[in-house]
Amino acid sequence: MNGPDTMHDPSTMTAEALAAAFRDGTTSARANVAATLARIARVDGAVNAFTDILAPRAQARAEALDAARDRGETLGPLAGVPFAVKNLFDIAGLPTRAGAKINRDRAPAERDGALVRRLEAAGAILVGGLNMGEYAYDFTGENVHDGSSRNPHDLDHMSGGSSGGSGGAVGAGLVPIALGSDTNGSIRVPSTFCGCFGLKPTYGRLSRAGSFPFVGSLDHVGPMARSVTDLALSYDAMQGPDPDDPVATTRPAEPALPHLSDGLGNLRVAVAGGYFARGGDAEAFAAVAAIARALGVTRSVEIPEAARARAAAYLITAAEGAALHLDRLRTRAEDFDPAVRDRLIAGAMIPAPMVERAQRFRRWYRAAVLELFREVDVILAPATPCRAPRSGQTTFVLDGVTLPVRANIGVFTQPISFVGLPVVAVPVRLDDGLPLGVQVIAAPWREAYALRVAHQLERDGIVRAPVANL
Amino acid sequence: MSERNDPPADGLDAYIKAAAGLLAIPLDPAWIGAIGSNLAVLRAAAAHVAAFSLPDEVDAAPVYEA
Repeated sequence: MNGPDTMHDPSTMTAEALAAAFRDGTTSARANVAATLARIARVDGAVNAFTDILAPRAQARAEALDAARDRGETLGPLAGVPFAVKNLFDIAGLPTRAGAKINRDRAPAERDGALVRRLEAAGAILVGGLNMGEYAYDFTGENVHDGSSRNPHDLDHMSGGSSGGSGGAVGAGLVPIALGSDTNGSIRVPSTFCGCFGLKPTYGRLSRAGSFPFVGSLDHVGPMARSVTDLALSYDAMQGPDPDDPVATTRPAEPALPHLSDGLGNLRVAVAGGYFARGGDAEAFAAVAAIARALGVTRSVEIPEAARARAAAYLITAAEGAALHLDRLRTRAEDFDPAVRDRLIAGAMIPAPMVERAQRFRRWYRAAVLELFREVDVILAPATPCRAPRSGQTTFVLDGVTLPVRANIGVFTQPISFVGLPVVAVPVRLDDGLPLGVQVIAAPWREAYALRVAHQLERDGIVRAPVANL
Repeated sequence: MSERNDPPADGLDAYIKAAAGLLAIPLDPAWIGAIGSNLAVLRAAAAHVAAFSLPDEVDAAPVYEA
């Protein structure tokens, strides 16, 4: 490589900046890919974010993009930007492992998942697949088959899960954008623990086609990044109906980027009280208070029956997840992570009326929550009850009560995804310790509101996602 | 609605063995303890949900939409 390419280090650059540098000729796609692969080679051994590195594919794509630019062709908004995906997204030529040993025996995917294709259509370059908790039934980032993904801000601590590799890769500056999935908090938890931004869109907004499922009625997919603009850029590139996903919305795309700088405007913002103001470390609530103070928010609202919503989400997750994996539990139980296997077997044994009751409650709860959005546009709540626990930690003390870590990290995320609300998780740094996170929650289909608020906070320096010092 | 109809706290091991047979899941006896712990948590969650009085007219959404 010659000229500025040799000095080029994309590790701390946003996708927005990388795409601009590519468009104006400051950098090449080949240089971006080379620098990305070099940083992965240097850093990933510490964070264990990647399970598959696609060097030849990424290099070939970069060459094609450079050639297209040289020919003067119109380039997409993410042209030249490397990205990576949680390994439950199909990658052509690889078995979709979904964090599982069992899935490695699957036939290689014949084509990329829908969102991979959409990001590449916008000019982005897939560089790899990312570590995750087995079958996405996880909040820790631990994986018995591939090893745990580690927190880039403190390698002795959890990355969060189940999109732990996605959080680690973004936080460590390996890629500016990663895709994750979120059934009960699996984008928002690792975004928080790894100090980056995460968008869990409205249920049905982004196509899940070509991704390995977990709980059909709760599964969402979305981007993680180190800037809100990067979230919006990638989110906009991935929107649009898709008949290959039965729950994908038929609503037309509603680009968020044009409204990103609209600021708070007349948006009515409130802090979630009650359930969301207890059961966590004081720091988790201090993070929410800091965000509320910065936005001048004094109002609070109570999301009714949130604890019951969490319980219902817990039941539906166990039952639907077990139904999905029943044949594998019958034939390959010994090849599961034992902790996942035992939960899934228990889930298979839940009497049907209990699950039906949870689904009926969900209908009631959805109506009650939507009623709240007649009074407010955005609700703030903690993303996790604490900072990232230490790797391997099995219990923690919240509000003076000792609780199992695995089951309780998602205590504040589950009641929100239960009814499919869009959320931007924003990273909050109260001190030099590990980051905390706040959920910026909007009504269904109002991702743009949550992104506007997050962008305002970022612009004012209240939230930020610096690359980890590795 | 009260939670008086909850199944008794004991008896889970027998239930697990019977349900595993019904589901055709080969069960290693060493797993029963952990499965039982998970099932106890799920049962508590189910009881919490069932304790909320829902009108009969509230159906589960046949197609869930946000």
